[in-house]
Amino acid sequence: MKDPRTPGRPGASGTAEGSARAFHPRAVRTGGLSVRLDVRAATVVVLLLVAALAASVVLIGTGDFPISAGDVLATLTGNGNAGQEFIVTELRLPRVLVGLLVGASLGLGGALFQSISRNPLGSPDVLGLGQGATAGALVVIVLFSGSATAVTAGALAGGLVTGLGIYLLAWKRGVHGYRLVLVGIGVAAMLTAVNGYLITKADLVDAARAVVWMTGSLNGRDWTQVWPLLALCAVLVPLVLGKARGLRMLEMGDDVAYALGVRVERTRLLLMLAAVLLTAAATAAAGPVGFVALTAPQLARRLTRSPGPNLVPAMCMGATLLIVADWASQRAFGADQLPVGVVTGVLGGVYLLWLLVAERRAGRV
Amino acid sequence: MLVDSPPEQQRAETAPAPPSRRAIRALGLLAAVAVLVLVALASIAIGAKSLSVGEVWHGLFHASGTYGDAVVGDRLSRTLLGLLAGAALGLSGAVLQALTRNPLADPGLLGINAGASAAVVTAITFFGVTTLSGYVWFAFLGAAAVGALVYLLGGSRGATPVRLALAGTAISAALYGYLQAVMIMDNAALGKMRFWTVGSLSSATDRTIEQVLPFLVIGTVLALALARPLNAMAMGDDTARALGAHLNRTRALSMAAATLLCGAATAACGPIVFVGLMIPHVVRSFTGPDLRWILPYATVLSPVLLLGADVVGRMIVRPAELQVGIVTAILGGPVFIFLVRRRRTAQL
Repeated sequence: MKDPRTPGRPGASGTAEGSARAFHPRAVRTGGLSVRLDVRAATVVVLLLVAALAASVVLIGTGDFPISAGDVLATLTGNGNAGQEFIVTELRLPRVLVGLLVGASLGLGGALFQSISRNPLGSPDVLGLGQGATAGALVVIVLFSGSATAVTAGALAGGLVTGLGIYLLAWKRGVHGYRLVLVGIGVAAMLTAVNGYLITKADLVDAARAVVWMTGSLNGRDWTQVWPLLALCAVLVPLVLGKARGLRMLEMGDDVAYALGVRVERTRLLLMLAAVLLTAAATAAAGPVGFVALTAPQLARRLTRSPGPNLVPAMCMGATLLIVADWASQRAFGADQLPVGVVTGVLGGVYLLWLLVAERRAGRV
Repeated sequence: MLVDSPPEQQRAETAPAPPSRRAIRALGLLAAVAVLVLVALASIAIGAKSLSVGEVWHGLFHASGTYGDAVVGDRLSRTLLGLLAGAALGLSGAVLQALTRNPLADPGLLGINAGASAAVVTAITFFGVTTLSGYVWFAFLGAAAVGALVYLLGGSRGATPVRLALAGTAISAALYGYLQAVMIMDNAALGKMRFWTVGSLSSATDRTIEQVLPFLVIGTVLALALARPLNAMAMGDDTARALGAHLNRTRALSMAAATLLCGAATAACGPIVFVGLMIPHVVRSFTGPDLRWILPYATVLSPVLLLGADVVGRMIVRPAELQVGIVTAILGGPVFIFLVRRRRTAQL
């Protein structure tokens, strides 16, 4: 209100000093409203969105029946021929949408978990949520030979129960970062054993199906997977973003956050619940696609160079990563040969090792 | 008065204590061996077909080819493998915990098992190795590579429990991703590997035991001989050096012993987690921090746990069986979480 040079101080970026600071956060004020805008983060988000959409178009065009990017766009806007329309809207569009939503959910869930545990490795993969959802799905596949819908429900239930269990086991006058991570590792090891047992119980056909599911795959996803995930994201994403302020303060430590007026345990419980729901729903839709939840927030943070949870960039990065990985697996191994989880697993593993070394050198882990 | 009383107290406490405490520990070790013998007999007697004590005795010492004798023969090799593998896992866990000064170190948690698994899968799928004698070398290679990697990534000397556990988990996760990819591409490998990766004693034969025995013996002797230098290292690097311990040599030999033991056990019965974590903690609670007692006790008590878990696994889903790796993981998980929840450990 005091600063007359509203909105956004456009003249400042012309000077040499201005161009060096061009990416720094600045306040946008119009009338009584003031919003802090991180230009670099906003640019990263826009670029990632463009990349995700471009990759989606390419992915829709990829397959046994290739379609050019122009035709894909024409079909999506309703101007394609009947054959292409069937392939695009019935077969490939839902798959791509599931990929985008799953990637975004995993990215957001991973960013939340990493922020809450204050540890770059405290992602759902490491904490055992993936294994929990897998256990739920395997129970359905192996013991009941259930349908795809039942498998989804089983995975969702497994993920939620595991998330709740980890929270309760890590609870001791509040939940703290390292305890959460280590309890998660213990739970993950137990669930891995359970999953191994379930696979030995299955006959070879079921076992093969289970292993594909466990790796995480987008093959054969249709509209029935899109709608529930979309609805969940529509509810949870605004909720989480609304709480992002509290999360940012939590990163400074419980005492500081408390002094700044954040209800620490309540905020943490709510955000963890949201993260567990997002991760479980994503896992139910596509299986536990490895390492997206771990890498997306880290890559996003390195791109935006801003501290804090980076929720929106992590979401966009997750979606982009998953779509690109799916495209890469189809290009490299042929359509529907290897599930996307293999590609994210291998890339993520390499990235993880690098991350461990880098974090150690910086003395952060 | 004030000056006089402390020495008196000290004398009263220390003078009679050492011999009797040592005697109690030695007796305790004998009792542990007795328990081990009982569990081993139970492991021979209990299974899909239950045998009486008389039948077990007959099969062990006067075998004449009856049906019972055949069952005893089968279960004998399984029990022997359990004994060897259990001792190896417990001992390697104790050595790793001492070496890293880390209460949460365990060959499974540190990814050494996963390294051996990944190497064995590679051997089966890509190199067409089918015999144990062939892939035991791959298991060692994988175990050694991952052991060294985790130790380096975990921060070698400055390693903290969290760092090491995270490094191990990260590497295990990446390696399990690779395992899955191989199993998806190769259904035949899946058929074989899905039984191997859970950790089981059921495929034990006399050949298996013969092949891993030399490695286990060397590893065990090496580990037991390291008790004294590792004790010195527990007091910190500077003190250990002042006491005449060779730090680097001790570290290298300890890693070698842990890798030999863990690699051989994993090659023979698949990855088994948490045995190496639990037993040293149980032992430490009644021997104190002296590794000269911890290591022998761990050697005797770990097979008690492994064989006990194997017997439980055979009993609860009769006539099928629950693989021993699953039973130990389900028993061990809660122990691990209990250790984490204890304030001291989590703060380390």
